[in-house]
Amino acid sequence: MASDDIWILGITMTKFGKHPDKDTIDLASEAVMGALADGEVTMGDMGVMAAGSLMGGLGIGQALQKQVGQTGIPVYNVTNACATGATALRTVVMSIKAGEADMGLAVGVEKLAGVGLLSGGGRKSDGGTWEPRGRFGAVAPVDGRIGTETMPGVFAQIGMEYGHRYGGTSFELFARISEKNHAHSTLNPFAAYQKRMSLEEIMGDVMIAFPNTRPMCSANCDGAAAAVLVSGAKLKTLSPTQRRRAVKIAASVLTTDPYEEACQVLPNVNTLTRNAARMAYEQAGVGPEDLDLVELHDCFATAELVHYDNLMLCKEGAAADFFNSGATWRDGALPVNVSGGLQSKGHPIAATGIANVWEVATHLRAEAGDRQIPGAKVGLAHVIGLGSACGVHILERAAA
Amino acid sequence: MGQQIAHVDYLRLGDDPHLVAHECLGCGARYFDRRNACAGCFATEFRSVDIPKSGEVRAFTIVSLAAPGIPVPFVAAVVDCGGTSVRGNLINVELDADHVTTGMKVRLATYSLGVDEVGTEAIAFAFEPLG
Repeated sequence: MASDDIWILGITMTKFGKHPDKDTIDLASEAVMGALADGEVTMGDMGVMAAGSLMGGLGIGQALQKQVGQTGIPVYNVTNACATGATALRTVVMSIKAGEADMGLAVGVEKLAGVGLLSGGGRKSDGGTWEPRGRFGAVAPVDGRIGTETMPGVFAQIGMEYGHRYGGTSFELFARISEKNHAHSTLNPFAAYQKRMSLEEIMGDVMIAFPNTRPMCSANCDGAAAAVLVSGAKLKTLSPTQRRRAVKIAASVLTTDPYEEACQVLPNVNTLTRNAARMAYEQAGVGPEDLDLVELHDCFATAELVHYDNLMLCKEGAAADFFNSGATWRDGALPVNVSGGLQSKGHPIAATGIANVWEVATHLRAEAGDRQIPGAKVGLAHVIGLGSACGVHILERAAA
Repeated sequence: MGQQIAHVDYLRLGDDPHLVAHECLGCGARYFDRRNACAGCFATEFRSVDIPKSGEVRAFTIVSLAAPGIPVPFVAAVVDCGGTSVRGNLINVELDADHVTTGMKVRLATYSLGVDEVGTEAIAFAFEPLG
């Protein structure tokens, strides 16, 4: 328990799904109160706070403080697309590392149930005369005419490109990845959807953007997640129970996409993930072979496949073989998305990057109930937000 | 015949419609809209270059659900045009995965987006199968 390590003291997620009776602040407060209770601390112990919500409006952190405790501490309101939660977590990590606080709170929340398709947003043509507008001098919307800005379509191309480069992919292979995650979610009471789906049901469902059918897309839903982080030095002064349940953040990394040919035409989600993974393994002093479970950003079935490779869970180019070996099922060599992943657990955007850390931490604490991965000691949580930002956290069980 | 206008400013019309890009003088990186500095090497000078009109499909999707007002289904693709990646739709092709494949050879094509109230016709680009 080195003094300069950072630990998770308390962490929680709300059930993901539809919460029509709770607004954004209610949901975030539920997560915050849960994380504080889990860590046996109060808002009075927090020295810093980072809060994220893409749809929750400005000043979400301050609004939240008014609901759960106003102490005058600094609040960082952060957004980084789907990596927002991981960015909030990382902000608190940096603050504690810098010595500005010895305990801090990170929270992410989103109300997305019923929002529907998320796209880059095409401009409406409004009749009259053709008039060039915007950075491309476009006289009409480009989304749908010059490729697609919808998320299912963008990530479909990312999976197809991987298949073009390395082979071994098919509509059925991508659907089988989704079949796995929907099967995993049946054991997770926090998941938005817990229904097992057959391969036939998945392939026969509504096509959104080939090869992603509806159940192969992340589920828009409501949810929040929060974590209390503490310095190693401070943790030493806390109770035996707090120390026993603490989970070490062995690595915390955030990257963006470095320039490469084509990356401004189709987002390259590979290089920044590979860079983040490499840095995280180095920080933690572990390799992919040491991981007991991985929660990765399966915003679409096509995305999960490429991240097997990007996180170096398999040899370069061998993601299809790796999946076909059964490795990523919960009883396989390296279980991936035992929570059900974004496709079945759900994807309330800003909550996701903390909820996946909660999932891993819960296994490391041996508190995951029916879906516990036995003896889990080390796990990795990964998110990616288009634009792009990638967060990777590696967690380790407390030694004692 | 009335005036024509390109859907986007990097599509050049005339007898030989083609795409143009801003090419970094430092490293050759190409951008379809303006840059203050190159994202790859930070150089600040660019020149206009023509993009080859044929290429190979490197990735595609068949979009069946899109934002309101966008006709579906359509094929969105990334086409490698002689080393420059271009985003565009595929047209004049059957809309299923038996007929659209990565690796297929395509060429630039143009089509009309319609005529506005002063008679100007907007022309868009896409890619179609070669041969």
